Amino acid sequence: MAGSVIAISLRLIFGGAVITALLTFSFGTAAVVALRGHGFGPLLPTDLSAIRFTLWQALVSAFLSVSVAIPVARALSRQSFFGRRALITLLGAPFILPVLVGVLGLLSVFGRSGWISELLLFFGLGRLSIYGASGVILAHVFFNLPLATRFILQGWSGVPAERFRLTDSLGANSWSRFLLIEWPMLRGVLPGAFVLIFLLCLTSFTVALAVGGGPKGTTIELAIYQAFRFEFNLGKAASLATIQFGLCGIVALLAFLVPLPKVGDIGLDRLAHQFGARKHRRLDIIWISGAAGFLILPLSAILFRGLGGILSLPGQVFSASITSLLIALISTGVCIFLALGLSLSIAYSRLNTQKIVEGISVLGLSTSPLVVGTGLFLMIFPFVNPASLAIPVTAFVNAMMAMPFALRVLIPAVRDIYNEYLHLRLSLNMGRGIWLMRIVFPRLRRPVGFSAGLVAALSMGDFGVIALFASPDLQTLPLILYRLMGSYQMDQAAAVSVVLVAQSLFLFWIFDRGGRGHTES
Amino acid sequence: MRSLSLFAGLFLTSAAVADTPVLTVYTYDSFISDWGPGPAVEAAFEAQCSCDLQMIGAGDGAELLSRVKLEGTRSEADIILGLDTNLMADAMKTDLFEPVSIVADYAVPNGWNNKFFTPFDWGYFAFVQNVGLETVSNFRELADSDLKIVIQDPRSSTPGLGLLMWVKAAYGADAKKIWNDLNDNIVTVTAGWSEAYGMFLEGEADMVLSYTTSPAYHIIAEQDNSKTFAAFDEGHYMQVEVAGKLRSTDQPILADQFLKFMVSDVFQDIIPTTNWMFPAVTPTGGLPDGFPKALSAKKSLIFSPSDAALLREDALLEWQAALSQ
Repeated sequence: MAGSVIAISLRLIFGGAVITALLTFSFGTAAVVALRGHGFGPLLPTDLSAIRFTLWQALVSAFLSVSVAIPVARALSRQSFFGRRALITLLGAPFILPVLVGVLGLLSVFGRSGWISELLLFFGLGRLSIYGASGVILAHVFFNLPLATRFILQGWSGVPAERFRLTDSLGANSWSRFLLIEWPMLRGVLPGAFVLIFLLCLTSFTVALAVGGGPKGTTIELAIYQAFRFEFNLGKAASLATIQFGLCGIVALLAFLVPLPKVGDIGLDRLAHQFGARKHRRLDIIWISGAAGFLILPLSAILFRGLGGILSLPGQVFSASITSLLIALISTGVCIFLALGLSLSIAYSRLNTQKIVEGISVLGLSTSPLVVGTGLFLMIFPFVNPASLAIPVTAFVNAMMAMPFALRVLIPAVRDIYNEYLHLRLSLNMGRGIWLMRIVFPRLRRPVGFSAGLVAALSMGDFGVIALFASPDLQTLPLILYRLMGSYQMDQAAAVSVVLVAQSLFLFWIFDRGGRGHTES
Repeated sequence: MRSLSLFAGLFLTSAAVADTPVLTVYTYDSFISDWGPGPAVEAAFEAQCSCDLQMIGAGDGAELLSRVKLEGTRSEADIILGLDTNLMADAMKTDLFEPVSIVADYAVPNGWNNKFFTPFDWGYFAFVQNVGLETVSNFRELADSDLKIVIQDPRSSTPGLGLLMWVKAAYGADAKKIWNDLNDNIVTVTAGWSEAYGMFLEGEADMVLSYTTSPAYHIIAEQDNSKTFAAFDEGHYMQVEVAGKLRSTDQPILADQFLKFMVSDVFQDIIPTTNWMFPAVTPTGGLPDGFPKALSAKKSLIFSPSDAALLREDALLEWQAALSQ
């Protein structure tokens, strides 16, 4: 009995510690930042325009991503074709695709000297220019349209086919089918998808850095970076960071009100239904091939341009790839340890507590990496040169940033195991060790593998905190990629992109595959 | 932390040369590119210093200063190479630089006397374009044209800051109007010169903010006569690029030796055909054939370091406001 009391209090202490760490991480760093900044001093007109632009582009990006995703998901849900499964898997790729790689691909296709511009020129038309708002929104849609499509597709797959059959046998036309079945489903799914994408675009940094085109396309995150790196104006960086934190906080409150979509890949590959499939085939094909082209063209542009150059890459790329690997592995270890510990320690709690913890983890989603980076920088600065801690700090921040995704996979997984097997433990009077080793851990392998893969890939491609902290001689793959793009060595940049993507996907695959174990092979 | 870096394979070479003194120079990115002065400068200095010269790129010139402020007295750098007169006042205010006196026969217009910084080259800002393209002869005409230009961010880049000063020097109180009208000509604002020039060469813009000496690179190094610059009747703003020694250096003697080397014939001879700027001290061999001439004093615009520092903040706000539209 005494043993279990100790176990329970240990559990509470661990859970409490992780939650405190999460809260300190988001609120604490913001508080440091606010103390250091001039609070809410008078904002310059340029700050106001950065705030306006940040909100506006996030709204437009989220709106476009979600509204285009509806017809695409609908088409995917009812059409069967060769490569459908591969395409749906591919829709998950942009989520773990390093942002700089995506931007480079988009530039090769939509840039002033990209494929489409060349084509337009051939027909005697002008070149495209994607620097500025259009480029920022284009890139955000590129990254989030697939995400939105998967969420909405999940919604469609969740509708029992019987309902479609029922409406069909009652002679309902497609409009009433939409009103009766599809609209209620969409009403449940769309707000969450919209808020999530809005949040992701609100804290967008890399995209604005690469294609923002100057003050007219500057987000708050980018303005924080500029105040730091260009002006070394810590007070200004802190003021901007306070604003960013406030904005994110408001949206995070919104996020509490709507159910956020789940992260996962379960059940997406089955056809939801085939009603109207034949009738709308032509239109559906247009939506599917349009979306697929938008996704695949930039990626193949990189492969096309970069594959040949891999072997002639300078040696520094090799050491950079080891540094990136190291960062990814540390943050995966930290993140999974904390997330798994937290999920297990609240497993006996009431459902409400679990929901609250899941809610707190959403904070991580709305936390801006640059606010956290700024806060940590200010904390470290008086004691050591922050650049010398760039690797551990980046690994730690990446771990915390990825926590919400890991928790959203792990908490429900642990909950399901406890719901299903706890009575077994009680009836067999099973010891704690056997319970964990024989029952819990084997069943957690798959969700842990999947979330570790996500965390590793996200961390590998990170270009946010590292850009803030990096000293000139630190090299990670995304940093090298950024510098190569900066010096306009696009062929080498494409080659480094291929290495970076291959390494990210490989890590994801290793973890995910490891999690699946022998059960499916 | 060092051990972690070692583990990451980053400093595998440093163990082998542990006994050789290391002189660390922070500079702007294009200085150490393969075709820039970096490789030749490194080879020439290492031949005479029995040391290891490590030149590290830290963005463009203005970002360099920010880096210095950020690292403060903890910096591993001994020398900062690549600030200019527009940043000098701000740099001196940091109190991080050590006075030096490097005597030379400076060819910098208006001469040189500053005890903290030593000039290594100078030039005139200009918009570089292709020969045959319609051209413009002042900012007003440029703003009224449909020409697309790439410029650099004045907060991170010395050419970007130079452009702010240029417009201020030429238009004074009307600078704001010029920037408002230039806004629709600007394709993008890059963080540094390399990015902007690279974009121009790839055909992403009609013109790029660079120097009157940039076409010489194409003419002399590539036998390519297709590039020229737009001569502005209101004159061209000048840039004098300088280097300074940090107070926190652990190699004070080596740092002085480098600064002396910097104004010597060997270094100055490398400058014209690698950095494509006028040497701060004319080398005995003179300038290479085909190198452009200096402009008349009337067409050479420049603010003193203290005036530039006074103008900078307002000019920056003006610029940001106009380009946020």
